[in-house]
Order: sequence, then structure tokens, then C-alpha cells
Amino acid sequence: MAVASGSQTMNNVEAVRATLYEAMKNDDRTVIIGEDVGNRGNVFLITKDFIKEFGPQRVIDTPIAEASIVGIAVGMAMEGLRPIAEIQFADFIYPAFNQIVGEAAKTRYRSNGEYTCPLVIRTPYGGGVRGALSHSVSIEALFYHVPGLKIVAPAFPADVKGLLNAAIDDPDPVLFLEHKKTYRLIKGEVPDGHYTIPIGKADVKKTGTQLTVVSYGLYVHWALEAANALEQEGLSVEVIDLRSIRPMDRTAILESVRKTRKLLIIHEDNKFGGIGAEISAMVAEEALFDLDAPIRRLAAPDVPAMGYALPLEEEYMSSPAEMADSMREMVRF
Amino acid sequence: MATTITMPQLGETVTEGTVERWLKQPGESVEKYEAFVEVSTDKVNSEVPAPVTGTLREILVQEGTTVATGTAIAIIEEVGAVPAASAAKAASPGAAASVTEPPKTREAMAASANLEPVPGFNLPEMPVQHAGNGHARVAPPEASSETSLRGVSPAVRKLAREHRVDVRSIRGTGANGRVTAQDVLAAASAAPAPAAAPPAKTAAAPPLKPGTSTYGEPIPGTLIPLTSARRIIAERMVESKHTAPHAWSMVEVDVTNVWKWRAREKDAFERASGYKLTLLPFFIRAVVESLAVYPLMNARFTPDGILVERDVNIGIAIGLPTNLVVPVVKGADKLSIKGLAIASGELIDKARRNKLSADDLQSGTFTVNNNGANGSYASAPIINGGQAGIVTMETVVKKPVVTADEAIAVRSMMNVCLSLDHRVVDGYVASGFLADLKKRLEAMGPSGIL
Repeated sequence: MAVASGSQTMNNVEAVRATLYEAMKNDDRTVIIGEDVGNRGNVFLITKDFIKEFGPQRVIDTPIAEASIVGIAVGMAMEGLRPIAEIQFADFIYPAFNQIVGEAAKTRYRSNGEYTCPLVIRTPYGGGVRGALSHSVSIEALFYHVPGLKIVAPAFPADVKGLLNAAIDDPDPVLFLEHKKTYRLIKGEVPDGHYTIPIGKADVKKTGTQLTVVSYGLYVHWALEAANALEQEGLSVEVIDLRSIRPMDRTAILESVRKTRKLLIIHEDNKFGGIGAEISAMVAEEALFDLDAPIRRLAAPDVPAMGYALPLEEEYMSSPAEMADSMREMVRF
Repeated sequence: MATTITMPQLGETVTEGTVERWLKQPGESVEKYEAFVEVSTDKVNSEVPAPVTGTLREILVQEGTTVATGTAIAIIEEVGAVPAASAAKAASPGAAASVTEPPKTREAMAASANLEPVPGFNLPEMPVQHAGNGHARVAPPEASSETSLRGVSPAVRKLAREHRVDVRSIRGTGANGRVTAQDVLAAASAAPAPAAAPPAKTAAAPPLKPGTSTYGEPIPGTLIPLTSARRIIAERMVESKHTAPHAWSMVEVDVTNVWKWRAREKDAFERASGYKLTLLPFFIRAVVESLAVYPLMNARFTPDGILVERDVNIGIAIGLPTNLVVPVVKGADKLSIKGLAIASGELIDKARRNKLSADDLQSGTFTVNNNGANGSYASAPIINGGQAGIVTMETVVKKPVVTADEAIAVRSMMNVCLSLDHRVVDGYVASGFLADLKKRLEAMGPSGIL
């Protein structure tokens, strides 16, 4: 690769692909393993032609057996390889739950530091693409309860590259969530060359003074759209992109809330027990006397899944207009 | 049917209580026997159980307010009952109208926010109006979801305290006239000298800086609001020092043998009872025996004469992070060392879990303060009001001591300090009591029956 000098415009798919390619190129220990990652080149064409260049021993097609994908990758990671496992859609991750939670996340602790598990599990998640029950799910809350597991969910191409590099470098398991609606929708400048963004650091995507909005994934883009629209009404909203779900950047959230005194958390995952619940509790514990309004969460209703029919999908998702309404109410409160 | 809840009488001598905290807010449901309000008297906090199942309709006494026992503090609407407000509306449109009248609404909002009295500014009296049931009461807040949105936020409370601004003097610019944090800051910069605070007080008050200071986490340069426990301790200490002329004496006691006895018994005792065996029960045992010889030390000064107590109830001073409590071992003279160890262990355990009842804290006739745990060598304790004296156990130290046969031996020594109410006894009695106590402690152990 060229020395870091400029940047290129990429969408999120291209950012993931470019980063994976660099990792395969730069380190022989890197292995990609998953369903259709080889000959098919991934369902979103992220690893297209990788198998031709790196061969079937480093780009491994597996049967439809998620527990095996992660289980094999855990073993590879413990024995010195740098596996990047792919779960084709986050909706299919459940069979691998034990391998992720029971094995990968506990490896370092269980072996008293003798073994680590430098494993990345990439998976597309999220809805808004008419993906219906089994191609729309958000899984972060199912995993963020687990110490020993890092979870990142970047929204911008430059963050995708920096955080995926950090995840690959990380000595412990990282669940890398890619919002599938942002894959080709979101474009941005991506710096050339190798760089990392520290896992656990949020990013203030827009500064404001009257309300703090915390979000991640697709909804960061929609929250920014809403906040920018409110700027025309003279309302000043700060938008924080978590980027990392665990570890969570408590400092960034608290600093912002202490400034604006109001907090709105927006996420696509269900409200009950979601990421917003943890953020709310943390802010209530740390900054209650700085709050000038009740904390509010805008999140999906507690229904079992996102329906296929468009009205059902729209009902499940929050729109930029709904986000703007919530923001407006909170600023004016 | 509406049930009026009154301030309970927590203890036979208690005449008033303070509403510490409402555990339920108007509109919330309560189960029979479920705690719905925390009330404090003297030094004890008690949760009051609901006498009926229903919905808390109204709070009549705000947090931090002290009222006489028997005063109505809340109204609970029993399950299935028609809310009296809607009944009143039907019967008397005028009465209901006054409830929803806009000017009242803002005050109701402020009232519902449970503003604590803040040093540095005075809150005006809560607006009262007379409802059909004859109770003087604060105008009730509107629908509960509205109320929570319209209360005074924590940030507003904090800023108002810091800038000494009376929230009710501010015209709110938030939703439905709510006072926002920005409004407080604007008011503070507009009026640097708050009208509500008397000038003299303002001058004397320490400068307030941002930050929420508590007794547990004191921040330099801030004022910690008094809790009722802190206020009561302050009043009691001043009262005792002002009314009871304190005299002080100390003896040095050889506790080598009783210390050995304790060491021998402590593991078995802890296994059997679950409580640690400290020197305290041995000491209390010696104290009650000495009190039996010197009943004047178990007495109190009254204007009519020296009242010699019939019972021997020993208070144990226990320091907690935020305040001192003195629970009482009742009938201590009738308990063995083992009985005293269990009784005192229970009380210490309850004190640390903040579970002492009003009853645990009253009727003390003499007090023991185990002061030596942190190495104190001598101390001058303040007498608990209404008692003749207080003794302390100081730290046990090994020292070279000249024994009766003029040899030098290493012995475990402990100072015992006594403060006495000189109105009740003179030095003659007090020193006799101390000498007797010393003799008894030195005679204990190195073995025996607990």
C-alpha cells in the first residue's frame, strides 16, 4: 500500500473490503472463515476474489453451522492465528452464542492469561432493508452484558476502517457489527494507509448546546439529519456516535450531558434492556444533578421482530422526522 | 373511600415526626402493609406501612417537614373507590375549578417538586386551600404523567441552591411554564443579590461553589445541608454540655486476664452465635455490677430531685459514617456476658444496616463508649442527656507494669474515662464507682463462664 498521504471516497462495504484486504496482505496469520466468503465472495461481495489471491486455506468456506464457524475460529485464535469469522447475517448468530459468550469471551480469564483469543466476528445487522424477520435483527444488547467481549458498531467508512483495524489488532475477541442499510448508502472519505481508532472512544459528530443525542449505527446518520434540520429552527443538538458499544465511552457521554443537561438515546434495537437502558442508568448514577429533563429513549417497540410489510417495518424503525420530534420536545422542555 | 393517614407515634415519648421521604408519589398504587413513607423521629428512621390497599391520592406534608403525631400526612384512595376529586367536581363545580385554576397550578407544581428548605433562601409557605373533606391541604398536582414532566428538575434544584435563587420567583420558559436550568442561570445573572435571603445571613454564609456536597463526600468550599439526624445530634450535644456540668476522671485498668479469657472464648462464641466476641460485653457486665453498688451513677437530675432509675439500660455509642447512634441494651443487669454479647451484637448489626427502631434507641440510663478501636488513649465524652454519666473503653496497650510484688511485667492496660453530671454526683461517688469498676475488670478471667 502507498504511504498515507491522501484519502479515497468509499462506502461502508468498500471500507470493510479494503481493510480486510490489507489485513490479509500484511499478515499471513489472518484467516477469513464463514459461509460463502470464498467462491461466492460474501453475499455483499466484500471478499470477492479473495480466495483467488489468498487461497482456500486462508479464505475458508464453511457449512451452514455458525457454532462451528466461531468454535473453529476460537481454536485458531488461541493457537496464534488471526481469524476473522463472518456470520452471514446477525440473525443467524444464535447457534454460536455459547462459543462467543462461553468460550471466546472467557478464554483469557479461564486460562489466567496464558491464552488470549484475538478473534474478530464480523456480522451485518439492522433493518430498514425489507429484510423481514431473519435479516433485520439487532443483536448488540444480547452480547453487551458479557464482560470479556468488545462490541463495535461504526457508522462511517473512515470509522469502519479504523475500528476494524483495531479489532484485528486487539488481543481479545471483538464483535464487529456492520449496519447493512449503511453498506452502500453511506459514503465518506477514508484515509489511505494503515490506521486504527481506539475501541471504546465515541465521536461527537455534531456539537450542540441544548440536548445530547447518543446513538450508533444507521441511526447516527438519521439523528444527524434530524439535528441539522432543527438547526434551521434555531435548536442546537449535539450528536454523539458511540462507535463502540462496549467498552462504552462514559466520559464523552457525561461531558456532553453535563453541558447540555438533557439526554436522548436513540437506537434501533428494542427499548427494554437495550443499550439505552445502560446509558440511562449510568447517567442517572453519575450526573443526576446535572439533568434538567427526564432521560428519554427512542427505540424499537418490544415486539418479537421487524415485519416484512412496509408499514410494519416503518412502525418498528424510527424515522428522522420522529427523531426530530423527540429532539424538539426535549429542547423545549 | 379515602383513608387519611396520620403521623404515627413512634415511641412512647415521641410527640412529632419528620417526613423524610415519600416512597410513593400521588397516583401510585400502594399495597396494604407496603412502606409508602419514611418518617424520622429523634435518631431513628422508620418506614411506615400503608394501612389499606389503594392509590396514594395526596401528599399533605412535604419532605423535610416536621409535624405533630396525629397530623394528617396523606390520603390513600382505597381500591375500587371513586376518586373524591371527581365526586367533588360533580357535586361542586366551584371547588374543582379552583384546583385547575392556572395560578394555583404553578404553585402546585412547585409544591409537588418537594423543594427542600435550602440554607440561604427562604421558601414561602406552601399554598393551602380547603377541600370538601375539611383538611387543609396543598393544592394537588394534575395528572401524574404531567406532574413528573413539570417538576423542578435536579439540575434546577442544584443551580438554584448554588446561586441562591428562589425557583418560585422565576418565570419559566420551558414547556407549560416549567423553570429550566437556563432560566435559573438567567435569573442568577440578572439578580446577583437574592431578595429572599436576609442581608445579614448572606454576609455570614460561606461562599457556595458548584458541586453537591454530602456528609459522606464533603467537598471543600461547600455547605452540607443538615440531615435531621445531624441536627438532632447537634441539639442534643449542645443541650447536654450547656445543662449538665461535666466533670472528668480516668483510671488505668489491667485487662490482661479478661483479654486472655476473651481470646480463649472468641472463636467458639462466634461459631455458635454468629457475633464477634469483643471486650464490650465483659466491660458492660463490670459496669452494671458497679452501678448496682453505686446506684447514684444510674440516676438523672430533675428539677424535683435526683431520680434514681429502677432499670439498668446501657446505651452503646456506635459511630456510623454519617452520624452517631446510641442503641440501648435493656435490662443489662439481668444479662450474662454471653447475653450481653448477643444483645449488643444484634444492636450493632442493626445500626450498621440502618434498621434500628425507635424503641431500640430509648430508655437508656447509662452509656458505654468503646472508643479505643482506632487507638484513642483517653477521651472526654459528652453525657447522653438525662443520664448521670458515660464511660469509655480506650485502646488496650501492652506496657511494662510494676506488679504488687514489685516485679516488672508486661501487662495489657486500658484507660477507662468517665464524664459525670456534677449536678447528680460529686467526685466522691464517681471515683468510688471508677475504682469499683477497675477492681471488677481486673478480677475477670483468665477463665470463667461467659
